[in-house]
Amino acid sequence: MSLNYRCPEFLVERVESNCIECQACERQCANEVHFYDQDFEKMRAKDENCVNCHRCVVICPTNAIGIRKHPSEYKENHNWTAGMINNIQKQAESGGVLLSGMGNPTKKKIYWDHLLLNASQVTNPSIDPLREPMELKTFLGRKPSKLEFDEEEQIKDLPPQLELSAPIMFGAMSFGSISINACKSLARAASEVGIIYNTGEGGLHEDLRQYGENTMVQVASGRFGVNQDYLEAGAGIEIKIGQGAKPGIGGHLPGEKVGPEVSKTRMIPEGTDALSPAPHHDIYSIEDLRQLIYALKEATDYQKPVSVKISAVHNSAAIASGIATAGADIITIDGYRGGTGAAPTMIRDNVGIPIELALAAVDDRLREEGLRNQVSLVVSGSVRNSADVVKAIALGADAVYIASAALISLGCHMCQSCYTGKCNWGIATQEPELVKRLNPEVGFERAKNLIEGWAHEIKEMLGGMGINALESLRGNRLMLRGIDLTDRELEILGVKLAGE
Amino acid sequence: MKRIYAKEEYCLGCKLCEVYCVTSHSASKDIIKAHKLESITPRLIIESSDNLSFALQCRHCDEADCTRACITGAMQKDEETGVVNYDEERCVGCWTCIMACSFGVIRREQAGKKVIAKCDLCIEEEAPACVTNCPNDALVLAERAEEEGVQ
Amino acid sequence: MSYLIIGNSAAGIGAVEGIREVDTEGEITLISDEPYHSYSRPLISYYLAGKVEEEGMKYRPDDFYEQHQVKTKLGKKVVSVNEAEQQVTLESGEQLEYQQLLLATGGTPFIPPIKEADKKNIYTFIKLDEAKEIASKVEELQLERAVILGAGLIGLKAAEALRQLGVEVTVIELANQVLSAILDEEAAALVQQHLEEQGIEFIFEDTIEEFLGIAEVEGVKLKSGKELRSQLAIIAVGVRPNVELATGTEIEIEQGIVVNQKQQTNIEGIYAAGDVCQGPNPLQNENTVVPIWPNAYNQGLIAGKNMAGESAEYQQNFPRNSIGFFGLSMITAGLIKPEDDSYELLISKCEESKCYQKIVLKDNQIVGFIRLNDVDRAGILTGLLKEGADISKVKSELLSDSFGYISFDEEWRQAKISE
Repeated sequence: MSLNYRCPEFLVERVESNCIECQACERQCANEVHFYDQDFEKMRAKDENCVNCHRCVVICPTNAIGIRKHPSEYKENHNWTAGMINNIQKQAESGGVLLSGMGNPTKKKIYWDHLLLNASQVTNPSIDPLREPMELKTFLGRKPSKLEFDEEEQIKDLPPQLELSAPIMFGAMSFGSISINACKSLARAASEVGIIYNTGEGGLHEDLRQYGENTMVQVASGRFGVNQDYLEAGAGIEIKIGQGAKPGIGGHLPGEKVGPEVSKTRMIPEGTDALSPAPHHDIYSIEDLRQLIYALKEATDYQKPVSVKISAVHNSAAIASGIATAGADIITIDGYRGGTGAAPTMIRDNVGIPIELALAAVDDRLREEGLRNQVSLVVSGSVRNSADVVKAIALGADAVYIASAALISLGCHMCQSCYTGKCNWGIATQEPELVKRLNPEVGFERAKNLIEGWAHEIKEMLGGMGINALESLRGNRLMLRGIDLTDRELEILGVKLAGE
Repeated sequence: MKRIYAKEEYCLGCKLCEVYCVTSHSASKDIIKAHKLESITPRLIIESSDNLSFALQCRHCDEADCTRACITGAMQKDEETGVVNYDEERCVGCWTCIMACSFGVIRREQAGKKVIAKCDLCIEEEAPACVTNCPNDALVLAERAEEEGVQ
Repeated sequence: MSYLIIGNSAAGIGAVEGIREVDTEGEITLISDEPYHSYSRPLISYYLAGKVEEEGMKYRPDDFYEQHQVKTKLGKKVVSVNEAEQQVTLESGEQLEYQQLLLATGGTPFIPPIKEADKKNIYTFIKLDEAKEIASKVEELQLERAVILGAGLIGLKAAEALRQLGVEVTVIELANQVLSAILDEEAAALVQQHLEEQGIEFIFEDTIEEFLGIAEVEGVKLKSGKELRSQLAIIAVGVRPNVELATGTEIEIEQGIVVNQKQQTNIEGIYAAGDVCQGPNPLQNENTVVPIWPNAYNQGLIAGKNMAGESAEYQQNFPRNSIGFFGLSMITAGLIKPEDDSYELLISKCEESKCYQKIVLKDNQIVGFIRLNDVDRAGILTGLLKEGADISKVKSELLSDSFGYISFDEEWRQAKISE
């Protein structure tokens, strides 16, 4: 095609009085936007290549670079937006499926932002977490319906539990979808703060084995990297049925990302596409799922809690109930804003439901059926800050997974171009010269700081509500009020309107 | 003594170490003026190929060939700090130190003065500018390489 | 322990520093026939050209001798050494005893037989006094023309200095090229061209037969019969080890005073270092005189350490030079003109920019190199030469602009950096 019909998305602006032509921007841009023009003796930019990842903006030592939305605008049209038109142009060029990275960016209601937290005044004094102990410790796993103690006053026959210092885990991201340095950063951070990270369906790289106690190993439809050793290496096992960003479809790691290390870790030949089928080919019913759950428990001598992860979809509540009865110890529900390395845009933006509503519905259903104590409930799919965590707990979750937020702590600037494999931050890439941009020494510290920061904030919010243990907030929807929500929404969420 | 070590596996090749080295050794200490109004030779060498890069600075050798070769006595190792440095007034730019230094980290000053340029560990600052400003902690100031986990 | 050092230049100073690294107590006496604080001999051409002042020529700070507790006898000449009695005699008749003696008497300019050489304004160019005299003559005579015999390092540095003072200079050289000790013909041609562009004239394969003039030099007559007008002449055809003090003693002398790697002579307690000595040359498997400044200092340092009881050996007694003329720099080292075809040569050349690189290899080891007008990082080659490193893995990159530590494998690099 001779002419590219698309307008550049971004415009690179350079403050020439600040630019010292050090060319750091050029060296740091894998998209080859910046270049030094010998004739003009100036830095120039190919705007059309820019994905707005901000690497150059941040690396520029003189703050000479700014990236803006390209000023050229389509004629105003609420129906045919620029995005819609660009997508059609792309497909007219390629004839392919539109791909996107990270979570659903569309302008749909974010329920977290319509929920407000309570605080104590006068009658029920608030607690200052700097002066008084505040417990965030969280145990995930099946809880017995009654407790029996042995002679040494230890609980008898307690099913295996995951112990977390805060109700937050790093969500499933495979080695392959993210770089080894990103994996190392998250694994070490999890280990240092006492939480869990999740391998995703990427197998367990040798270098990560040392963090086994803080690892959730995932078993998904491709079964990559799964063997006895792998199952025993982690603290828990997660069966992945679905992912919020792309419910109903499988995964595809292109062959170019399957280098020697990924190949070894996933146990697949180098350079081959790693295809995770849409369904598990051995699971067509709750009974089939039960078989897999128990196969995994049997393989690990009933020492590891087994989690089942599904996307938040229309009948999540019924499915969750089935998962609980199938013997899972943890149910993970991933909302439609959840991130991904690559998903078909149409799926990402149009399939699945918000996690807030799914959570409320699932928690209700499990309670109604008397199953709630048999499973822990973990939610994910865009938990963006500590307030989202607190709201999730109040709605009924035991813990949350964060993945996009974790990557942002490592440097991700949400350019949503993960699928290109040219992540300038060394996260969603397997290119060695890009991978090394993320020094795990730096990365782990940042991810750790994030969890510690959130933990502090959660304590502050709990204290404000007069609660000194997170356990007392679980499912305590009285601590929530809604604003700008319809009666029906409030009903599903099980919260009252602000003012009630 | 503490020396600068590069962690090759984390070097981005961005050359910001060079930018900040120049700024630190400029008269203005202003990054933009240092680059636009002054002409300062970086005190370090960046070696890079397609997928490997690292910065190399004076090793401040205990048995420094450069000080021993220097024809004017300008290059000396400070017994207290261990820093190998030169007296700009006495350097005549004969490049005998360049001949002697097996690391190749002594450069010719391009600022017109006929003297050399080499790392002084930013001894008057808290830490070397290249180390402080490395965006990926790929440069460390350490007593010994092993301590910082450099292979 | 009492130490006696004869010589106040690089080797003598090196010895003082070497001794003091080991022995902070022993008594050091340093004697020199020159009355000056230790100064940098290579700077005399800079001095002549007016680029440094006398003060700036000091090789060490004013308080050097005091700091190192050295008793100096400057401007005093030693006339004999009695190795049996372990004492030396000064011109004044004074006798000094020693337990450890270092002969660091340097070199003397070689003066070839030339007729009528007793005229005024004929100089060599080794000592500060000569530079001072020449400088005053340039002014006094309103010097217009000078001839220099010898296109070696000293001759050309003198030529450069005089030319920079506006003097018309002709250099007469017996060989067919400039700098024949440190450059091959190709590099020499580029250097010659550069010097000619600066107005220096050359006459090759010829020499001065006779000085013309009455009391003062007025010109020279060459062997070829050619006559040149000149008010001043500098003879710079080479330097011979100044072995005078060892002559007639039991100390072994060949071209210079023979020393081992510890800088010891054959007589216990007597060491020699610098231009006067002839030490083991690692490149040639024989003892050679390598009269260069870094060598002198290092040999002095090694001698000093050994004199004070610490065992140290010098492995770097090979030629290496960094020099430049009118902004054209060059660094050369080792064997640059191999005698036979058992050597491998890597050469790159850019005539326009007067750049020339040559690396001489034997059995995949660097034994010599020339870097002309591209001296950056040349020390890496010196280091490889010194070590006798096997360069087979990096051979293809040796001449490349990007040659550096990156050309080696990580293990080698890290071992070096962590040393």
